[in-house]
Amino acid sequence: MFMEYDAATFSRMLTGLTLGFHIIFATIGVGVPLMIAFAEWMGIRKNDEHYRLLARRWARGFVVTVAVGVVTGTAIGLQLNLLWPNFMQLAGQTISLPLFMEVFAFFFEAIFLGIYLYTWDRFKSRMRHLLLMIPVVLGASFSAFFITTVNAFMNAPQGFELVDGVITDIHPIAAMFNPATPTKTAHVIVTCYLTSAFVLGMIGAVKMLKGDHHVYHKKALRLTMMAAFIFSIGTVVIGDLSGKYLAEYQPEKLAAAEWHFETEEEAPLVVGGMLNEDGKVNYALEIPYALSILAHGDPSAEVIGLEEFPEEDTAPLIVHYFFDSMVFIGMYLALVSLLYLLFSWKKKDWMHHKVLLWAIAAGGPLSILAIEFGWVFAEIGRQPWILYGIMRTPEGATTSEHVDAMLLLFIGLYALLGTSSAIVLRKMFNNNPVAHELEHRGIEDRRDRS
Amino acid sequence: MNYEILGIAVLWFFLYGYLIVASVDFGAGFFHYYNKVSHKNYQVNKLIQRYLSPVWEVTNVFLVFFFVGIIGFFPDTAYYYGTALLVPGSISIVLIAIRGSYYAFNTYGSKDSRIYSFLYGMSGLLIPASFTIVLTISEGGYLDVSDGLVTLLLGELFTSMYSWSVVVLAVVSVLFISASFLTYYAFKAGDVASYWLFRRYTLFWSGPTILASVLIFFAIRRHNPQHFSSMLDISWMFLLSLLFFLGAVFLIYRKRQLGLAFVLVMLQFFSAWFGYGASHLPYLLYPHLTIYDGFVNETMALALIAAFIAGLLLLIPSLILLMRLFLFDADYVRGNR
Ligand code: HDD
Ligand code: HEM
Ligand code: HEM
Repeated sequence: MFMEYDAATFSRMLTGLTLGFHIIFATIGVGVPLMIAFAEWMGIRKNDEHYRLLARRWARGFVVTVAVGVVTGTAIGLQLNLLWPNFMQLAGQTISLPLFMEVFAFFFEAIFLGIYLYTWDRFKSRMRHLLLMIPVVLGASFSAFFITTVNAFMNAPQGFELVDGVITDIHPIAAMFNPATPTKTAHVIVTCYLTSAFVLGMIGAVKMLKGDHHVYHKKALRLTMMAAFIFSIGTVVIGDLSGKYLAEYQPEKLAAAEWHFETEEEAPLVVGGMLNEDGKVNYALEIPYALSILAHGDPSAEVIGLEEFPEEDTAPLIVHYFFDSMVFIGMYLALVSLLYLLFSWKKKDWMHHKVLLWAIAAGGPLSILAIEFGWVFAEIGRQPWILYGIMRTPEGATTSEHVDAMLLLFIGLYALLGTSSAIVLRKMFNNNPVAHELEHRGIEDRRDRS
Repeated sequence: MNYEILGIAVLWFFLYGYLIVASVDFGAGFFHYYNKVSHKNYQVNKLIQRYLSPVWEVTNVFLVFFFVGIIGFFPDTAYYYGTALLVPGSISIVLIAIRGSYYAFNTYGSKDSRIYSFLYGMSGLLIPASFTIVLTISEGGYLDVSDGLVTLLLGELFTSMYSWSVVVLAVVSVLFISASFLTYYAFKAGDVASYWLFRRYTLFWSGPTILASVLIFFAIRRHNPQHFSSMLDISWMFLLSLLFFLGAVFLIYRKRQLGLAFVLVMLQFFSAWFGYGASHLPYLLYPHLTIYDGFVNETMALALIAAFIAGLLLLIPSLILLMRLFLFDADYVRGNR
């Protein structure tokens, strides 16, 4: 191929590819059930068929994304064993418990999702049908929790002793609840909710930009933006706590993300910028004290710099851009949803202004980008370790000679699945537009179409 | 019973579960496509869809369970199989991915598409064939383990009669299991035309199924005499399997007790599957890896078993609910809901 063959490098590329693809569908899979439950609950509470239809239509699209989520999840599960056999051999001894429990959570979710989808009109009480969504929401969120504890363990391994290369004294629960677990799982789950709210909000905004001002879309927008605002606050707060975790347990990861070279007190935060040849930062925006606040919540606190670590133990400095982009998007999403709420409260005629609708529509793809950036930062930022402080990435990799060919195979597969699912989703909603379905279900009211 | 045996028995049981539900699923996908192109019977395809739609996702979980569980209980398998199976494993992943997504695209998308139906019908038949490679490799003789490197001997694999006989058995079993289930399901749905069709399929595929099983015996005897002699030690399990098979075919032929007939088919595969598994022990990979040298530490084993029991307590009631609502609900099966 285009570079010298190295099984570990190609394994990293293939893992990153599969995870990067899976994570889009996984994020939607965790967040959308919650939004469906919100919509159906609103529908029952307000006795409003529009919300029930919202839940129905979201659920229909959701099945398609779940399907791709399940198959790519199966792919990543198998691939971890195929590409990182040495790592999995060790991980099997220490962290297989949450992996195992994750499957239970999926199983639980899958069963109830199957029931939910085929019982819309089967129960007398509507509340009963909504109750079926609870196990789906719980199953999805718990599986995200369990899988993320595995990733947390890779960043802060504990719960075992390594004596001369032999693992002893294993505590599966301690391994699962390691120092990285609280912030990592909370941040991942809340960003799944946030992203899903924005992706669904985007659909409503785009419809309105196309001139369809049905009250159905307005209701959808309101519901999603309310949820998005709450989750975006959660995201920023927990993101801040994640930074404090890094400062304490993986200072070199934070330092690489912030281009913080020298240990100092009252450290400024470097935003953007470029590195010149002798390692100086140009064109950056420096916010005084901000890094000390992010790292320790105290403007005068000391923040450890990269100089204290040998170069072979630190991550590539490019992670800075990923971190900054993620944070920027986080601020953007919070701002946009706040503006929408403010307008809907005080300035109703700006609420559906073109510019705001555009900003909301952009929030959909941007939030997905933030997820991708966040993971790329978290994973590359952990380099050179696959298991922080214990196993370096190449030591965990396969020795097979065919990883490059497999990389091509999977690029083809994901291209195929990505295009097919986009086509199917588009057709599904375009062949059956909202107005049509409202009429068909006999819940149309002329006054709604303003 | 020690933890090692308990662990492998649980995993083997899950793989058995996958074998049954996935066979029904894969076979149904194939029949769906076949009926579509041969314009046989439109009714049949509605019936198949009604069964498959709520359960397909559950099928996949059985598989994930197995491979997550085997790494949990036997971490050393990751080292041997992980390295050797990169290429065949990746091909299986691609097939599973195509099968699962195109099934969903076809079923939930706006219209039934012939290409989608082809993709998931055919990939469903290839998946069992590609999975059997793992069983084949476990018999030994297809891996080269030296200097800490594990390589798969593709040449040996593709020219061996044993590996081909396993592939044939896998494919015909899928069609046989699936047809016998759908016979019963169509009968319950009161769908006479489909019932006759699937009854014919079941009887048609019963012959090849039993022939392929016999072929395997001869192939194993040549390939791994030691395994063959352990199989002879528990030959009663295989005889039992044969009896179940004859019973099932008899009932379907005489058009009686179709539910029981399908249970007999399940038992037929249960006894053969566990007979095969038991005689394979203690090897996970002949002759390199046994369940005793690849076992996880005791703390983790206990934690996994505890999680497993807790999980079952949660899942079994849910599965019963699923089956009551869709599989055993006469109105749903007849399409009135
Ligand atoms: C919509 C997505 C999204 C948004 C808006 C943000 N994040 Fe984030 N972030 C993630 C999505 C994400 C993620 C994909 O969920 C990551 C990747 C790995 C992880 O644990 O979560 C992550 C990781 C991550 C980490 C690294 C944790 C680690 O490696 O252990 C830090 C320090 C932050 N985030 C901080 C923030 C801050 C201060 C934000 C301020 C607005 C922010 N994130 C917004
Ligand atoms: C349980 C959770 C996870 C596990 C066990 C895991 C495991 C791994 C492993 C073994 C590697 C290869 C070693 C390396 O390069 O660091 C890797 C790389 C990578 N993973 Fe993770 N990962 C997890 C979560 C995620 C998620 C959810 C994403 C989301 C997209 C992700 C993104 C990546 C990327 C982009 C790479 C390539 C990094 C590089 O180029 O070095 N990871 N992961
Ligand atoms: C934090 C990042 C991740 C999240 C939030 C996540 C979440 C999900 C979701 C929502 C699904 C769809 C299944 C369903 O809805 O029933 C899924 C499937 C799956 N994921 Fe991920 N996933 C993540 C990363 C990973 C990683 C790193 C692995 C590998 C160990 C993995 C393994 C799987 C498996 C095996 C499935 C298929 C499960 C089944 O067949 O039911 N996931 N994941």
